Amino acid sequence: MKKVFLLSLIVGLVIAMGAMPSTSLAKDPIKLGFFAPLTGFAAQTGRDMLSGVEVYMKEAGPQVAGRPIQLITEDSEAKPAVALTKVRKLVEKDGCHVIFGGLLASTGYALQPYVDKKKIPTNYPVMAPDDLTQRKLAKWIIRTGWTSSQPSHPFGEYAYKVLGYRKIVTIGFDYAFGWEVIGGFQNTFERLGGRIIQKLWSPLGTQDYAPFIGKIDKNADAVFALFFGGGALQFVKQYKDYGLKDKIPLLGGGTTTDESVLPSMGDEALGTVTALHYSAALDNPANKVFTKAFRAHAKKSASYYSENAYDGAKWIAESIKAVNGDVENKEKLLNAMKNYRLRNAPRGDFELDKFGNPVQNIYIRKVERVNGELQNTIVKTYPKVSQFWTWSPEEYVKQPLYSRNFPPLKK
Amino acid sequence: MEFFVVQTLSGFSFAAVLFMLASGLSLIFGVMHIVNIAHGSYYMLGAYIGLSIYWVTGSFALAILGGALAIAVIGYGMQRFFLRRFFYPFPQVMMTMGFAYIFRDLALLIWGGDPLSFPAPEMLQGSIHLGEIVFPRYRIFIILIAICVAIGLWFFNEKTSYGAQLRATVDDHEMARGVGINVPLVSGMMFALGAFLAAFGGVIAAPAFGIYAGLDFEVLPLAFVVVIVGGMGSLKGAAVGSILVGLVDNWGKALFPDFSYFTLFLPMAIVLAIRPSGLFGEKVS
Amino acid sequence: MGVTSYKLKIAGIIVAFIVLLILPPSLPSYWLTILTQMLIFGVLAMSLDILMGYTGITSFGHAAYFGTGAYVVAILSTRYGVGLLGCVGAALLAAILVALIFGLLLAHASGVYFLMITLALGMVIWGLVYRWVSMTGGDNGIAGIMRPDLGLPVSLDEPIVFYYAVLIVFLMTFFLLSVFTRSPFGQSLQGIRESVSRMRSLGYNTWLHKYLAYVIAGAFGGVSGVLWAYYNGFVSPSDAELNSSTEVLLMVILGGPGTLVGPAIGAGILVFLKNFVSAYTHRWLMIIGGVYILLILYFPGGLAEVVQRVTKRLEKK
Repeated sequence: MKKVFLLSLIVGLVIAMGAMPSTSLAKDPIKLGFFAPLTGFAAQTGRDMLSGVEVYMKEAGPQVAGRPIQLITEDSEAKPAVALTKVRKLVEKDGCHVIFGGLLASTGYALQPYVDKKKIPTNYPVMAPDDLTQRKLAKWIIRTGWTSSQPSHPFGEYAYKVLGYRKIVTIGFDYAFGWEVIGGFQNTFERLGGRIIQKLWSPLGTQDYAPFIGKIDKNADAVFALFFGGGALQFVKQYKDYGLKDKIPLLGGGTTTDESVLPSMGDEALGTVTALHYSAALDNPANKVFTKAFRAHAKKSASYYSENAYDGAKWIAESIKAVNGDVENKEKLLNAMKNYRLRNAPRGDFELDKFGNPVQNIYIRKVERVNGELQNTIVKTYPKVSQFWTWSPEEYVKQPLYSRNFPPLKK
Repeated sequence: MEFFVVQTLSGFSFAAVLFMLASGLSLIFGVMHIVNIAHGSYYMLGAYIGLSIYWVTGSFALAILGGALAIAVIGYGMQRFFLRRFFYPFPQVMMTMGFAYIFRDLALLIWGGDPLSFPAPEMLQGSIHLGEIVFPRYRIFIILIAICVAIGLWFFNEKTSYGAQLRATVDDHEMARGVGINVPLVSGMMFALGAFLAAFGGVIAAPAFGIYAGLDFEVLPLAFVVVIVGGMGSLKGAAVGSILVGLVDNWGKALFPDFSYFTLFLPMAIVLAIRPSGLFGEKVS
Repeated sequence: MGVTSYKLKIAGIIVAFIVLLILPPSLPSYWLTILTQMLIFGVLAMSLDILMGYTGITSFGHAAYFGTGAYVVAILSTRYGVGLLGCVGAALLAAILVALIFGLLLAHASGVYFLMITLALGMVIWGLVYRWVSMTGGDNGIAGIMRPDLGLPVSLDEPIVFYYAVLIVFLMTFFLLSVFTRSPFGQSLQGIRESVSRMRSLGYNTWLHKYLAYVIAGAFGGVSGVLWAYYNGFVSPSDAELNSSTEVLLMVILGGPGTLVGPAIGAGILVFLKNFVSAYTHRWLMIIGGVYILLILYFPGGLAEVVQRVTKRLEKK
């Protein structure tokens, strides 16, 4: 009986010791904690992001500002609860000094209270939900990616002024990302006098767009479609199959012809005009180097996910250099991250506005076949576009957040 | 008018895919009384393997046959070496779940997670123009194929001796063995056939509906809804169920887009309330 | 029960006592939060065990109750400022209501039919949570759930305090469910598990028994959802998705259905595995699938069966 007691005491203590943090000696490495969905339906996107980060880490070398730098990666499974658990691990167990990554809006909102409480400088390099850098600010979070509506604002103008459209039908995934991309477009398009004559929404995970395509009002000058992944592939194809491609020009959000799906598309995608803050076809030296390095590393084309993740990692590393590697002084590091300006990124130069979101080029792109491959050719660049477009921040936040019913369909 | 025709035809093309998916599931239930959680995985893997075969050989026919056969073999293997070890359904179902997880990760490993497209053969591409009506040729093809499959299955079941053996095995394992039917072989082959049908459906559907990560768990509830509506273990049920669900879903989305998600579950809820074992299902005691 | 298994039980209780009660104040915060998570899922797993292990019916949609409980707390506390009692009460009520309705739809199903319908019903709750955006925030989820102020000198915002609160709920659940399973009603559930026809011929109203078991399982599932909402401070549709339901199933099988303590430990193991394994490999989905298959093949009774076999072997000596 005594033996049993002793044995169980030992087992208990062993468990206890395993859980204790290990004390570390000497000069601690700088630890970057990266999280993204690496399994689940968004696994490929997360892995593309990780590949972008890895391309940068290779470039940066083993040290930053004289200290060894370490990247620790965790899988968020595209679930915010898991993301929070993993971020806790990165911060509390692994001792990461900076956290970055994330894809889903729900994760972005879920992490805010935690990182603000723990005072961990955080960067969302890809996550796009508008409100994260508008009405729902968190002190310790910046983002080096974009807002969903950021490219849509100039695009609405482009559609009206340059393409001459007046009546447009919109269709997109029925959730916040879709609402915001389309909302931004509708806002500026209608401000100039254009009209959205029909707004269609399809649930995430739809395979068959036939019922929606059948409903599209044939009087439209153009159709604006917001999809990504399998949906983008299917919609564009079915748009052609049902004969609309030849009748009504197709516009879209940038993800509809993103380089993660473009290689799988065929001629049905030609001529589609979209807007985004990046294109793999950008003709500048930094992008040429990046796309080549990315293809060598990941064996596929770079897309905005990977480029943004690359920039995100670089942004953090350069900010660390700006504070001479003093990552333990978190306030100083956060300030450096907020004030840094990235020159010669593959997407062009950009810096952050006061709300922690990039002010950057927005590219209007058109799908063309060049050297036998489809690409998003740049047809126009809008420089230094902020998330607020031509409004002041104060004016902008007076408008409601873009949602399913805002802007409303005018009768 | 044109809207009506196009929407209804679209509904039928969706129903055609559902039929191939659900008939396999129903078949597997009929022989083993288990629900195959890996059924969506069969559908998805069939499409992926078919695509790979297409990349290598350039032949659409080979892709379909190869994809479906490969999965049939896998299905047979699963049934013979893993599922048959148990005599009651619960562990069998759990095992199919374990396999579903593995298949999912395997697909990610081999083909990556990006959506892939499967080009239809030349003569099936493009659309048919009949006055105002524009309808993709390939979808007509899907409908025709499904009809052929349905006829083939019916014929096999009702008119051939294999079909008779099958029905005997389903009705009563012991008696079937008693009259000299090789029950393990027959049940294995039936399971393989169910897997074949799912994979066949996956490859056939791929040019119209695409292949991507997560497809497996997206189509699984669809198969379930059809079988719940039509009734387990019944071919007629699978056919009627698919048509019902396909049309209701399509028309529901077209007419009430705000309730898009629920158009799928509406027929199911109604059937559950009125006739719990499905329209043509065997009475489950 | 032999001497060895008795000793093993004592050993187990002592280890549990150390790990759950004595250890936590000295644990670093990360492990503390992991332990808290294990307890929350322990409650969920135990609730499913009532169905699976004791009544013998498998549900593929149990996350529906988890999600219901969590979302009710989220909506009431963030939107209407309802306090702890109100939230918990409403969440429990909601979970029970859903179980009452779903239970009726499941009334005449059994075996695999039951299974499929529970899956579909689970998806209905998920769909509701996902699409009723004005209420649930849709795919954004609902963030900003504050832990209630109990008016005590210590705050629930402290991880250690919250941990002990969760531990209390866990122990209470364990106690209540243990009493329940040992009661005559609980015994008759096990009889139903063994043979429905026999119980019916003995005059039991098997339908009513199963229905009540389903509702009780749903209620306690809702309890774990409440804990989850306060634990994370947010809810999202993934809490109610199919994957969550299958994970609870795995917890029960891992620990051993029909033992209550088994599934609780199974929950702990799975939480640990998921967090531990994923740090070393991206292929952990395949690993989990493999574990599933191996478990079913060799240890369908889960950990409990392993322990039983080991003690039998020790006793033989």
